[in-house]
Amino acid sequence: MMTYALRRLIMLPVVLFALSLMIFGLQMSLSPTQRLAAYAPTDDYLKGGQEMIRTMIEQYGLDDPFPVQYARWLSNILHGNLGWSETARQPVATALSSLFPATMELVFFAFVPGLLCAIWLGSRAGTNHNKWQDHSIRVFAILGWSFPTYVFGLLMLLIFYSTLDWFPPGRLSQWAITEVNSDEFTRYTGANTIDALLNWNWPIFFDAIRHLVAPVITLMYVNVASITRVMRTSMLETLRQDYVRTARAKGMPRKVVELRHARRNALLPVVTVAGMELAYMMGGVVITETIFDFPGLGQFAAKSAAGLDFPAVLGFGIYFALVLVALNLIVDLIYPMLDPRVKTR
Amino acid sequence: MRVVRYLLQNPMSLFGLLLLLAFVLIAVFAPLLAPPTEFQLSPYDTPRAGFWATPQPPSPEARFGTTQGQYDIYYAVIWGTRTAFKIGLGVVIISALIGTAIGAIAAYYGGIIDELLMRLVDVFLAVPFLIAALVLTVILGKGLVPIIVALTAFGWMGYARVVRSEILRIREMDYVSAARAYGASDLRLIVLHILPNAFFPVLVLATMATGSMVLSASALSFLGVGTEEGYADWGNLIAYSRNWIVGQAGNPFQFWYTLVFPGAAIFLFVLAWNLVGDALRDVLDPRHQV
Repeated sequence: MMTYALRRLIMLPVVLFALSLMIFGLQMSLSPTQRLAAYAPTDDYLKGGQEMIRTMIEQYGLDDPFPVQYARWLSNILHGNLGWSETARQPVATALSSLFPATMELVFFAFVPGLLCAIWLGSRAGTNHNKWQDHSIRVFAILGWSFPTYVFGLLMLLIFYSTLDWFPPGRLSQWAITEVNSDEFTRYTGANTIDALLNWNWPIFFDAIRHLVAPVITLMYVNVASITRVMRTSMLETLRQDYVRTARAKGMPRKVVELRHARRNALLPVVTVAGMELAYMMGGVVITETIFDFPGLGQFAAKSAAGLDFPAVLGFGIYFALVLVALNLIVDLIYPMLDPRVKTR
Repeated sequence: MRVVRYLLQNPMSLFGLLLLLAFVLIAVFAPLLAPPTEFQLSPYDTPRAGFWATPQPPSPEARFGTTQGQYDIYYAVIWGTRTAFKIGLGVVIISALIGTAIGAIAAYYGGIIDELLMRLVDVFLAVPFLIAALVLTVILGKGLVPIIVALTAFGWMGYARVVRSEILRIREMDYVSAARAYGASDLRLIVLHILPNAFFPVLVLATMATGSMVLSASALSFLGVGTEEGYADWGNLIAYSRNWIVGQAGNPFQFWYTLVFPGAAIFLFVLAWNLVGDALRDVLDPRHQV
């Protein structure tokens, strides 16, 4: 298992290399003038007119052959220079690191309770196979799984914002943004809820929570639904195994067998799926963030993709690949803890 | 036959099948349900009643109301069914073919080719799906073909993995050795003896993916790339409804029809595929006997 995890780690540079080649290839389908935006803020060269643009294309070598350009571009990236994002009007690295806490905050509040909820629902459905609990949980899961995120999100806005005015879109109210950016408020992590607690500022904390509720619920429902399905199937499978029957036959109470013996083993496939799910949430809460106008990585990635802001797209791609590898690694490390058989394999 | 009987007996999958049948009928009889007017260039161009910005509630002329820009919601929902089938089936069939070919080649040749192809799969899996599809659609331009190409380009990996592992499993079975012993060529072995047995896992995957590909396509339209302005497409309708979520003061549900009708159409379509796919998986997965 460890060798497998190590192999993944060794594969990381290869994956990143191929990814960069792919994105660079897409980028090369644009004209040199369009690609110039990746090197300098537009204002700088638009002032100079056509002449300036031509000089700058020359200067950055945007007319050179593919391999030459790729090598230069790669060496830039290896030196930590991810380029300029026209969408954020900031260097890509700055933009990504300033948006990361927002997305993490959203994902944390949606993922942790969602996962626990899904495990609970899934094991309930599994232990009550074909009873009403099972049927209603299955219906709940398949509805959530089929619900388009944007329709669900827009319905949330319709009900909780325009009708009840409880949960507004955005990340903070206007007064809170002013206060957060003022000198009295220290930014420790960039995550509003944590910073508010560390600053002992309750009004900001509640304002942050108020803005988080609707996107968190939206994100959670989709997430809970898909993990519940896996947990249910896995629980059904485990309950059919011989050792469960043995445990029941030797007189163990049903609850103990189901919850202590079976559920532990049924969690194995859930760990894998939840890891993937978390990776996709950390990289792709695109729709949710767009609907609730929540300034996070997903919204930024969608905006820059729609604007063909390639440095930003590549930066996001690298970030996502790293998240994916890291989470796969964590799942690989958790696995042997839950299932000792894996070690010997 | 066992599969068909199970699908018809299970209430959830029966409901799914009936829903699908309803959508097929709507798609087939679209010209009768919503006849195109004579000035349309193509039946997929939604007719509009003027250019006024504010959506109009359902009326005898526009049964489901109109969007911003006065596109007829009823017409677009009906013809959007065809669009949904085109995108869903198009993406799934093409990516299943590509995936099957790559998976089969990897499993058949093994060694360095297998390694290379599977690493290629890993690279594509490490790409954020929606963002990558978004970039490709922007580069390729608006319309159905770019959407299908973009979703296919980043959606074939699952099939390659499944086909590869199925072939590796089936290859070791006795009947394959028997066929090899009487002199069947490798191509014949793969195409006639092994692939048919790998068909069902691919079918399950494809059924489940059809709904989610339609979801992704409409997400693209929602994000502003995707189909052209006024094209009969559910995602387009949702995108138009976005600005009208907030009604006027005192009447927050004023523009409910802009969201509810297209939203319900997408939801039911995806639900139908998921119900059928779920039941198919239950009955076809040997580890998961019902």
